[in-house]
Amino acid sequence: MTAPLLRADHLTRHFKIGGALSRRMLHAVDDVSFAIGEREIVALAGESGSGKSTIARLLARVYAPTSGEVYFSPGDGAEPAPLSSLRSRRARLRYSGEVPLVFQDPFASINPVFRVSHGVLRSLKLHRHELSGRQRQAEAARLFDVVGLDGGMLERFPHELSGGQRQRVGFAQALAGRARLILADEPVSMLDVSIRIGLLNLMATLRDTTGVSILYITHDIASARYVADRLIVMYAGQIAESGPIEEVLADPRHPYTQLLVSAVPDPRAPLSVAAETDQGEPPKVIDPGPGCRFRFRCPIAIDICATITPELTGAGAREVACHVAQSGAEVKAF
Amino acid sequence: MLEVSGLCVDYVLDRGDVRAVDDVSFTVGRGEFLGIVGESGCGKSTLLFAIAQLLAPPARIAAGRVTFQGANLVGLTDGQLSAVRWRDLSVVMQSAMNALNPVKSIGAQFKDVMRAHGKPSREEIAARSAEVLRMVGIDQVHLRSYPHQLSGGMRQRAMIAMALLFTPDLVIMDEPTSALDVVAQRSLMVQIKELQQAYGFAIVFVTHDMSLISHFSDRLLVMYAGQVAELGATRRVFDAPLHPYTRGLLEAFPSIRGPRVPLKGIPGSPPDLSVIPTGCRFHLRCPIADQTCAEVAPELLDKEGTLVRCLRYTESPTTETRSLAR
Repeated sequence: MTAPLLRADHLTRHFKIGGALSRRMLHAVDDVSFAIGEREIVALAGESGSGKSTIARLLARVYAPTSGEVYFSPGDGAEPAPLSSLRSRRARLRYSGEVPLVFQDPFASINPVFRVSHGVLRSLKLHRHELSGRQRQAEAARLFDVVGLDGGMLERFPHELSGGQRQRVGFAQALAGRARLILADEPVSMLDVSIRIGLLNLMATLRDTTGVSILYITHDIASARYVADRLIVMYAGQIAESGPIEEVLADPRHPYTQLLVSAVPDPRAPLSVAAETDQGEPPKVIDPGPGCRFRFRCPIAIDICATITPELTGAGAREVACHVAQSGAEVKAF
Repeated sequence: MLEVSGLCVDYVLDRGDVRAVDDVSFTVGRGEFLGIVGESGCGKSTLLFAIAQLLAPPARIAAGRVTFQGANLVGLTDGQLSAVRWRDLSVVMQSAMNALNPVKSIGAQFKDVMRAHGKPSREEIAARSAEVLRMVGIDQVHLRSYPHQLSGGMRQRAMIAMALLFTPDLVIMDEPTSALDVVAQRSLMVQIKELQQAYGFAIVFVTHDMSLISHFSDRLLVMYAGQVAELGATRRVFDAPLHPYTRGLLEAFPSIRGPRVPLKGIPGSPPDLSVIPTGCRFHLRCPIADQTCAEVAPELLDKEGTLVRCLRYTESPTTETRSLAR
């Protein structure tokens, strides 16, 4: 990995749930540390409720972390600065331009009463006020070209565009603020299968041509493998396993990663209805005690798993949070 | 057992009729699993609603028959349909969160269904409700639970349990797993298949995700722009797809095994059914289309048991040459 662009350090976010007097806390993200390098596509995978989207919102400063810190490199060779030090409006604006979000639902995330150029032009006006009106128009046309849309599309309304085109508009909006890290939260899961590949290819092209890094949040491991360099697998608010995506998928060490990989439908694989009927449910992590959070679904759990939360450790780029894997034994759960 | 022939469904709109399902014919045998795949807007959900006679205006059946166990369902009154619904034919909807009543417990909803379609005693209702929940692997204490207290996977299972209350001969499923993540999706599919093997009902399963049913369905119907593009044995369609659209769909799935190959997907987007292209409906997105394709609308051809709607399918590269090319 190159010099990290963004580093999350023991990031934690809890939500209070229940009535006014309730003291129960939902641990959406618990003690998560990771880094994203320059020109890197990192896939963040996990089931619904595992904390993937909360991480995206923490990085986008939609939520403030309960504890922990995010460091972002300002780009001119200076030291990475913690997000909590962004005090001025200008600094925060610059950050949100450089680390934009692309949302899951292209039908809900674009304002239907404005032309699709609206979002891009507005972003240009906010983040790049040195541009004149004419330059903004030219820049918007250039951005549409970058994401593979015809310049004539600028004057269309969202309802005239297909889902795939709208999601491209989402990426154009994201690029408008001189993006350096795009937080893409399930950008293709609402799109038709035949359109998805085009968007995944676009993400790879954007990385190659503009040098932007992408955090690709998904529950689809196969698409993650198609586009990403590195994989982070989340389970119940914690990182279960991380590493170069080819290595992780070829040899998953955490039982949960193995379960995920085995559950991916693969039409090219020979016909088999393996009866690994895992009836487990993703847990709601409310006031958890110590111990591995996967142990209730894990067929190879040992005594220590119930008492001590496994740390994410590993050699080199591969890291895994599993007592059995860390003891050096071979993990073959699913 | 189920025979759909020449079914056409129109949406009657101010700006003219839009034909969402155009001349679709197929049969489903006893205990068969038929998968229907296609992109959004291809008419697959409309087709399914038309089979179950659940269409509401502006949609209406313009032509064709839906013969279920010897009787044509098209044109029956609600009263006549009521004798068939739930008892012989049931439907599992896409989003269990919306299909289940949020202010009634699961048990009360089971009771409603059984009361509406039979005259069982209270004991029979309780016993059967507990039994179907057990069949789908949910503890019977959840009969007293409300939908919001169940997880997404359990809600879908409860919906399937409800569909099985009367042990119907045919269960129609409209993307029952699309709101679930991969692990829950996989286990629900395995369970549906096990239930089918145990109780012998037929399934018509609609989905946009072809890879999902690759290991579960017997036959596969690929829909494009309201028409059948290809219909054949699942394994055959996967191994040697004839229609360029099917091939495009298959090649749009990245794999988690084997080498990482660049994929192209299918250019363009599915047509708006109110402005259907001339000739072959797929020709604008098709990699092998020629001038004829833009002019002549292809008929559904029988190619060794697989039906395909393509003028140039013989020129499609076979599986062997494709894998060699890689």
